[in-house]
Parts: sequence; structure tokens; C-alpha cells
Amino acid sequence: MDNLTFGLSLTVVGMGGTLLSLYVLSLFMNLLKKLFPFKKENEEKEKKS
Amino acid sequence: MIEAIINGLYGLTTGFIHISLPNVVMMGVGCLLLYLGIKKGFEPLLLVPIGFGAVLVNIPLGGLMEEGGILRTFYNAGIRTEMFPLLIFVGIGAMTDFGPLLENPKILLLGAAGQFGIFLTLLLALALGFSRLDAVAIGVIGACDGPTAIYVSSQYAPHLLGAVSVAAYSYMSLVPIIQPPIMRFLTTERERKIMMGVVGKSVSKTTKILFPILVTILTGLIAPMGVPLMGMIMLGNLLKECGVVSRLTKASENEIANIVTLLLGICIGATMEGHAFLRSQTLMVFGLGFIAICLDTVAGVMFGKLMKVLTRGKINPLIGAAGISAYPMAARVAQVQGQKYNRKNYLLMHAMGANTGGQIGSVMAAAVMLSVLRGMGII
Repeated sequence: MDNLTFGLSLTVVGMGGTLLSLYVLSLFMNLLKKLFPFKKENEEKEKKS
Repeated sequence: MIEAIINGLYGLTTGFIHISLPNVVMMGVGCLLLYLGIKKGFEPLLLVPIGFGAVLVNIPLGGLMEEGGILRTFYNAGIRTEMFPLLIFVGIGAMTDFGPLLENPKILLLGAAGQFGIFLTLLLALALGFSRLDAVAIGVIGACDGPTAIYVSSQYAPHLLGAVSVAAYSYMSLVPIIQPPIMRFLTTERERKIMMGVVGKSVSKTTKILFPILVTILTGLIAPMGVPLMGMIMLGNLLKECGVVSRLTKASENEIANIVTLLLGICIGATMEGHAFLRSQTLMVFGLGFIAICLDTVAGVMFGKLMKVLTRGKINPLIGAAGISAYPMAARVAQVQGQKYNRKNYLLMHAMGANTGGQIGSVMAAAVMLSVLRGMGII
């Protein structure tokens, strides 16, 4: 594999992989927010305790 | 007796006899870094120890970087083993609030776009004749993330460690100068005036605690080579968010971070010995590092523009420039630029979200790159 092929392959897989991983991560972050929604009362109780 | 006195006096002149032009030049560079850190306030926590380390290592016959010398001992213990950059990451994690990012998870994608410069710079470095691993280390300057750059270069291109680290930290401190012209060039006045509203407080404590654990597991499974980096930053964040280990959190963000920053800085400075550092390669590393940061900004802003279109004008493209890892400078730059064109515009928290996304993005990009390289059998 020559340097150009290597560089292009790494760029495509690397950048694509980074974008895809972070997209998946953002979906999981949304899921976390839905599973454990913010409740003002709960947070206040925790702070007091 | 006279002979003994002459020999003794000769011993006092050996430093002057052995000093060479590269050493003198590098002492000047060390003093310049000290000046930039002390007088200009450019990343003083790092540039001061780096500058002093550069002065120290260029004094002939000091033996600081010889086997058994104090700086060599620090170097072997902390840089070769990758311990210092990883410990710094614990501190960074403990200092970072991922709340604004969790409020609006889609801006994490800006943190991915902000890493584009890494890969384009890698291509440029290869075109300029650098070896593959050298090109990888140079590209990582575009992560705009000192510890990641140190981690990768110390492992795969240790001879470039000094140049890569100094370039990474210098350009990080120059973000407020480098980014604004690019941001203005790529956006219209109307785009710069877009208001994004107030960031609410809709993230529960449980989400904030589970977030670092989830990120570590998920990113670790995707790119195992990045587990040390991501694991440490997320450990620091978990310590902060769980709220039950305040002593450890404080130690991570203060004592540990301070001690390691000092040792890391002086070790980087110690790699700047004149004969090894003063090469055309070093200048090329600095040039490519600059291009990397510019390309990151371009990619971030362009992705911000794309998101503006997709969200029907709800995203101000300026926050795309904050998708790099220079935290929190890049976020502040976006805020300042936004307010220049609309005084009522408060982009800071949105930009902070993109900026913390950039921190995750830079580590992820490095992790993905290392994992792909391992997959290709190159490392």
C-alpha cells in the first residue's frame, strides 16, 4: 500500500468512524435523558440530603 | 600545585568550550517560551516549565537527559509510560462539565467535525515525505488537545515529541487569534446574528453520573486503543459528578494536575536539545500544526452551517468553531464573535457544549485512528 492510499484510507475510515461513533454516542445520550428525566423536586431533595 | 589550579580552572570553562550554536539558539527559544508564558500569558502553566526545560537541556555537560539524569528519569517514568498525559486527563475530566453537551446531544457532531483537520494534515504530512507514524503524530496536533498529542507522539514518534507538543500548546493558546478571521470569512452577518436561546437545565444527576460510564464502555468497544485516554478523562468526570469523592476530585483537578503539569512541561522542554530539535522537520511540524488548526475551524464552521440548514436556522454556525478541543477558549471565541454582531446573543453555553464535544471528539478521533492503524497492522 503506497502512502497516498494509506492516507486516504485512514482519512475515510478515521473521519467516518469518528463521526459515526459520536453520532451513536449522541443517540445514547438522548436515550439516557429519556430514561432518567430531570425532575426538579428530586434534584432539590438530593441537594438537601 | 599550579597545574592543579590550572586544571581546576579549566574545569570551570568546559561548559563554555562545549556549547554550540544549536544550544545557544535553543536557549533563546526556551527564553522566548518563558517570555510568552510570563509576559504574554500564553498557556503559562505549560510554556514556563517547557521553556525552562529547554534552557536546562541545552546547557552542555549538565547530563540532565543522560541515563540516570533527573530529567531522563522523569521522562522515562512519565512520558515513556504515558502516565503523565493520562493523569492530566483525569484532571481535565474532573474540571469539565458535560452538562451543556447533554442538554443538546446533537451538537456532539460538531466535536466530530472539528477533528477533520487531523486527517487532512496527516495527508499533507505524508505528501511532504514524513513517515506514516510521524504523519499520524503531526496530524494529531489538529486535535487541539495537548495530552492527546503527547500521548500519540510519545508512543509512535518520540523524536517529534518536543515539536508536536510545543506546536499543540502554542496553537491552542493562539485560538483567539487564529479562529475569528476564519469564522468571519465563512459566515454571513445574518448567520452570525442567529440567536440560540437559553440553555435549560434538563439533565438529571443520574444521567450525568451514567454518562462517563456509558462513554467509556461504548467508545472503548468501538476503538479499544483509546481506552486509556477516554477512560481517564471519564474517570475524572465520574469523580466530579458522583459527588461522593470530593477529596479525590479536588486532588485530581489541583494537586495531581499541577504536579503532573510541571513534570510534563519540563520533560517536553527536555526533548528540545539543539542538535535534535533544530531541523527543517521541526519547522514543517509547526507549519502543518497551524494548517491543522485552521482546517479544524473551517470544518467545524462548515458543519455548523450544515446543521443550521438541517435545523431550519436554529444553530448559529459560529459554535461550530468551538468543536475543537481547546477548552474553554474556543467556546469563548464563539461567544465573543456572536456578541460582536448581536449584543443580545448568548452563545456561550451552546459553544461550551460543542467545546466539550470537541474534547470527546479529539480523543475519539485519536482512538479511532490508532485502532484503524492497528487493524492495518502498522502499529
